[in-house]
Amino acid sequence: MLSFIAQRLAKAVVVLLAIVVFNFMLIRMAPGDPAMVMAGEAGASDQIFVTQLREKFGLDQPLPVQLYRYVKGIVTLDLGFSFRQQMPVAKLIADRLPATLLLTVTAFVISLLLGVLFGTLAARFAGTWADTAITILALIFYATPLFWVALMAILLFSVAMDWLPSFGYETVGANYTGFAHVLDVGAHLILPATTMGLFFMATYARMTRASMLEVKRHDFVKTARAKGLRDAVIQRRHVLRNALLPVVTLAGLQAGTLVGGAVLTETVFAWPGIGRLMYEALLQRDYNLLLGVFVVCSAMVLAFNLITDLIYRAVDPRIEFAS
Amino acid sequence: MLKRVLLSLLVASALSTAAFAEEPKSGGVINAVIQPEPPGLMVGLVQNGPTQMVAGNIYEGLLRYSPKLEPLPGLAESWSVSEDGKIYTFKLRKGVTWHDDKPFTSADVAFSIEFLKQTHPRARGNLAQLDKVETPDDYTVVFTLKQPFGPFLGIFEVGSLPMIPKHIYEGTDYKTNPANNTPVGTGPFMFKEWQKGSFIRLVKNPNYYIKGLPHLDEIYWHVIPDAAARAVAFETGKVDVLPGGSVENFDVPRLTKLKNVCVTGAGWEFFSPHSWLWLNNRQGPTANKKFRQALMYAIDRNFAKDVIWNGLAKVATGPSASTIKYYTDKVTTYDYDPAKAKALLKEAGYKGEKVRLLPLPYGETWQRWAEAVKQNLQDVGINVEMIATDVPGWNQKVSDWDYDIAFTYLYQYGDPALGVGRNYISSQISKGSPFNNVEGYSNAEIDQLFADGATAFPDSKREDIYLKAQKILTDDVPVAWQLELQFPTITRCNVKNLVTTAIGVNDGFRDAWLDK
Repeated sequence: MLSFIAQRLAKAVVVLLAIVVFNFMLIRMAPGDPAMVMAGEAGASDQIFVTQLREKFGLDQPLPVQLYRYVKGIVTLDLGFSFRQQMPVAKLIADRLPATLLLTVTAFVISLLLGVLFGTLAARFAGTWADTAITILALIFYATPLFWVALMAILLFSVAMDWLPSFGYETVGANYTGFAHVLDVGAHLILPATTMGLFFMATYARMTRASMLEVKRHDFVKTARAKGLRDAVIQRRHVLRNALLPVVTLAGLQAGTLVGGAVLTETVFAWPGIGRLMYEALLQRDYNLLLGVFVVCSAMVLAFNLITDLIYRAVDPRIEFAS
Repeated sequence: MLKRVLLSLLVASALSTAAFAEEPKSGGVINAVIQPEPPGLMVGLVQNGPTQMVAGNIYEGLLRYSPKLEPLPGLAESWSVSEDGKIYTFKLRKGVTWHDDKPFTSADVAFSIEFLKQTHPRARGNLAQLDKVETPDDYTVVFTLKQPFGPFLGIFEVGSLPMIPKHIYEGTDYKTNPANNTPVGTGPFMFKEWQKGSFIRLVKNPNYYIKGLPHLDEIYWHVIPDAAARAVAFETGKVDVLPGGSVENFDVPRLTKLKNVCVTGAGWEFFSPHSWLWLNNRQGPTANKKFRQALMYAIDRNFAKDVIWNGLAKVATGPSASTIKYYTDKVTTYDYDPAKAKALLKEAGYKGEKVRLLPLPYGETWQRWAEAVKQNLQDVGINVEMIATDVPGWNQKVSDWDYDIAFTYLYQYGDPALGVGRNYISSQISKGSPFNNVEGYSNAEIDQLFADGATAFPDSKREDIYLKAQKILTDDVPVAWQLELQFPTITRCNVKNLVTTAIGVNDGFRDAWLDK
């Protein structure tokens, strides 16, 4: 198992470097550069100003030199300096990552638990009104654009009912501490986490339902039933456990993308995470910051792929690691 | 007689009640919106709009300006000009200290000039005629110019020429000085905290040199990236101030109808945001003067004013906004007249060639405006293709002159020599910058007029020159002027005295108070 992990980690490093080079070239193909954006924001600029900025950011160097410098930095774990935010990229990401993780992990847990629960219920009561209701709701949440759900949630719960805050991570200026702070952050978390979780919940519910109905048809389920096992035990021990394999795969894939996938939610709810940082970096052509966020997101995807493989092994002991 | 006495008493009573009602109250916290999040707060190094909006509370300039653009005392309490218009003497306020308690003196002024010449492109241009700065004593600064420069007294507001603390920056690398993250100014509020992505917090400067000011204890600037979310934050009472441009235009009527909400278009007189369509004078149909004139007749600017800008704008008559010096409306004017536009297109020999229209990628309002213009142009038979870009892409296309028609708006900075000429004089044709003569208009007479206008003395001579320039430009139509924009500042009505000068919220919350 250890050699399997070591091998996968080595491959991951190569993949990560390839991603860095690819992203570096891709961003440079987009029109405009950070010097031009900052000159634009200044509302007035001259050639001296733009030249100064390009020299300062190293953008006056040939592209291969810029790439070499960037990759050299990455190898020494230096993600560079943000042109626009005037701060080291690693610090910017480190400052924002906890907020994103809080949001995405909460959304992920909510969606996974509720998705599997609703999927199981739908499969258990397949063909009944409960199944139809769950399936329709899942379809609606799956098909509705996230930003629209977010805005409707704000209108309903913040504007009309005034139950929940509509933006931010905490009540600015309230200076809550201890449990009061936890409650405050929790109140701010409910809308974005639920909004973000609804889409994933719908996918898990649909996947769990379909997978369970598929597993139910297998002979070992009939055998279990013939043995006289209780229905609840059959569902939990035989059907659900086997049905979870594709859900684990899907969850693993989605967990990796959660960090980068919070762009819309973080923007609408002014959540100070790295999804927003990435969006702003893209609009401002803040190359280093954008690449830094990409590196972190890619690393997360690779890490979660590895974790998914390990969980697979735990869920189904028949699966062995190929060395 | 008795009636008159009673009336006088009533008037006196009403006046005293009004005076009592408007007596400023001390204390309180204001929550305002800032968007986008500024890259930094050191206004000498970063000149974008959000930076000035926050940093206008921390830093100060030598002068402030009334809505009529008359200079008002700032860090300078008085000033005088020599008879030949070449020597300006400023007397500084005494007893002013930086936020770290060091005294503010004339040495700081001289240092700031040298600092800004290196870091501030607009200041560099404004100071081109400056020969030397002398500081005969701690509270006197003498600026000597190479030749008279008409708008010189108009370049001292906080965003154009902020005062920088010499004791913090002298001998350091300005751009990496740690103080950039904890800015130190002389202003009414001091920097306290910045949680990136969330908020910026400023607190009252207890040692501010004007007794009794500022009234407020704190200001929180909230960073909310989505325009709809900003509108909701105001609607739900989480923020009290939406500076101009914080919400989409279509939200303005709804928000201003809410209870206890006030709105003002004032506070933009100095910037006078002026919008137009850059028309590529070098190639394609837009190189033809008659085609450009046809565009002016084809576009229904009153529709844009009333529908897209909710009436918060004024139809532009030419290159100067009506709020800046030497404006005249005695120029060639272009009312909406599709028939005339069609006739001119025929005269221009237009054969339906495709014309690329580049909207300004600043949100929904601008997108809708571009769509309305596209429809106007199609109605008179112009074949328009809309090009979608983001901000960097727009900058790139405009800088590379890769467009036919491009939306834009620029600030005018109160004087044609500061904010108007740069778009029309041929020395400002330079590939690679999106904020100069991008259309490529070249006219030796205009070049001479703007050169003369900047250095003519006294003011009466300048006026004649600029009136003539406006007439020539409106005949030539190098660009298609659209609207003088107003960016309404929306506040709760208990926020008093927020907008008092020609740069409004950008001048800081020095005089603002909360009627609790």
